[in-house]
Amino acid sequence: MRIHFKTTYNHDIRLFADRTTFLKYAALLVFAVALPFLIGDFYLGEATNVLIWAIAGLGLMLLTGQTGQVSLGHAAFLALGAYSNLILLDKGVPFIISFPLAGIITGVVGTIIAIPALRLHGIYLAIATMAISILADDIIVLTERWTGGVVGMFPPTIDIFGFEIERWTQPDRFYYLVLFTAVVCTLIYRNLLRSPLGRAFAAVRDSEVSAAAMGVHIARTKMTAFGISCAITGLGGALMGYYSGMVNNETFTIVISIQLLMMIVIGGLGSIHGAFFGAFVVAFLPQGLSIAKGWFGTSSVAIPGLEFGVFGMILVLFILFEPDGIYGRWVKTRIWFELFPFARKDMFKRQKSYLKTERLR
Amino acid sequence: MSLLEIKNITLKFGGVTAVDNLSFSVEEGEVYAIVGPNGAGKSTVFNLISRFYDPVSGSIEFDGHNLLDHPPERIADFGIARTFQNIELFDNASVLQNLLVGRHRHRNTNMIQEILFTPKVRREEIAHREAVEEVIDFLDLQPYRDKLIAGLPYGIRKVVELARALASGPKLLLLDEPASGLSVEETQDLRWWIDDIRKQMGITVLMVEHDMGLVSSVCDRVLALADGAKLAEGTPAEVQANPAVIEAYLGVGAA
Ligand SMILES: Nc1ncnc2c1ncn2[C@@H]1O[C@H](COP(=O)(O)OP(=O)(O)O)[C@@H](O)[C@H]1O
Ligand SMILES: [Mg+2]
Repeated sequence: MRIHFKTTYNHDIRLFADRTTFLKYAALLVFAVALPFLIGDFYLGEATNVLIWAIAGLGLMLLTGQTGQVSLGHAAFLALGAYSNLILLDKGVPFIISFPLAGIITGVVGTIIAIPALRLHGIYLAIATMAISILADDIIVLTERWTGGVVGMFPPTIDIFGFEIERWTQPDRFYYLVLFTAVVCTLIYRNLLRSPLGRAFAAVRDSEVSAAAMGVHIARTKMTAFGISCAITGLGGALMGYYSGMVNNETFTIVISIQLLMMIVIGGLGSIHGAFFGAFVVAFLPQGLSIAKGWFGTSSVAIPGLEFGVFGMILVLFILFEPDGIYGRWVKTRIWFELFPFARKDMFKRQKSYLKTERLR
Repeated sequence: MSLLEIKNITLKFGGVTAVDNLSFSVEEGEVYAIVGPNGAGKSTVFNLISRFYDPVSGSIEFDGHNLLDHPPERIADFGIARTFQNIELFDNASVLQNLLVGRHRHRNTNMIQEILFTPKVRREEIAHREAVEEVIDFLDLQPYRDKLIAGLPYGIRKVVELARALASGPKLLLLDEPASGLSVEETQDLRWWIDDIRKQMGITVLMVEHDMGLVSSVCDRVLALADGAKLAEGTPAEVQANPAVIEAYLGVGAA
């Protein structure tokens, strides 16, 4: 068990709590950078996929896990990010500008879309945002002139000042681009968590009335959360476009929205780790399933909706038995080992000693 | 001029007149209590000051501002902080984070600076932390700093809510039933704290409270409310001796 001796307030503010934590994340980064030398192209592609999902997940996590606003519309923002990037490239804008700009455009649109959704909560917000996902398909077909409609668009080779990144023939370069984006998005998320805006997000999530009474502007805070969330998701979408090699009206369906939401719940709502853990599950589930099908000797039989069904089942199990997600389980296991053999069974029980009916009275 | 001046406010919920043509004012530096039976409209008065409800008529003036011209989020900026009858904390955040939200009205940095975590953001964070630590010391919350609200006992949560309100550095503190659900010892602590809040910090206190022992010992003036209207106003002793008040509490004929 580690004990922190804090000598300045900076201890709580800085990026890493202590030396050990810093070294742990430094080691993780070194490992991530060394990965292309350690594994083959196929698995590097899978790792890239995990990171792309994690970026998209970080975006949704900020909105749903951090600010408490459920969105089933994020596939549309993935699409917006992907198309913005590709259309800008088409118009001759260099990648170094089109990529971040795709994030900014998605963020601005997300902020605007948040305005009519401000008064909606929980399931109502989920339904309203779901409509965005459903509409996206039609909008992409209707704006065929720019988006290519059903035929779709094919991402060109990335060119950064003459340095080329071809997703298929240079998977290691593409992996580094994705890793870099993931690290930047994680830092943005982390910086928000330790500043007033991140706390305002949590305040809006947990109690709008008292947030307002403390001077947090509810509408503005939600719009900002939507904006940053969509911007990060837009970057994820642009990368997903490259990864899939082709985008059309069926690339980012409502199914992707649902998958993204399930992913952050399974990973653990409200934590950066959760987005990454959830991404692992999403990215490796198809492989896991085909292996499992092999065990049962049914590998040649196609079972429609199997993947989605299993995913849904995992979600239900998590909600029932581990609402804090994989990250919550991980923290508990770690603490159990740190305290061994002194951990108590009811250590993580939450106390609920008052009712939230009659909230204001 | 009074710090808070409420004139002829009326608020109706459907057919119920929750606040009925009520006027009162709170002077700078005093501790003022509102008492009255359940459903008298005490919390509704607080919610009117917080601007959660719009009165049908009347005015609310605070420190030279007409509060009715402003949305709820602006009220903290004028120097009004509050607690809620049924604790409204940020349950999935730590005590420290809750108190830091109390500092939100002093935020001087914008989204871009915070995303980049510039040196200014760091300096401000340290300043907020210092302000919060003073409140933590004052209310003896040191053992709970990094604890999640969701795991804390009721009594501690009440103190955390008071701490969050104090962290905002208010001129006027609104406490809605601060002693309800507290043990005798906890109520005793609260009594000293309210005294210190007024005397050392110079904060004016407006509170709703049922515990007449507490009210008599810390309050300068008391307003008795029944069915949203003023029954009596005066020192705690005067109000307690008022026949109309006794009748409202004990029922017709008791006086
Ligand atoms: N949000 C609301 N909607 C409808 N009626 C309300 C609401 N809030 C309070 N009331 C009613 O207004 C009256 C005063 O309530 P309240 O101010 O909570 O009383 P107190 O705090 O004095 O116990 C009660 O009759 C209550 O039922
Ligand atoms: Mg009340």
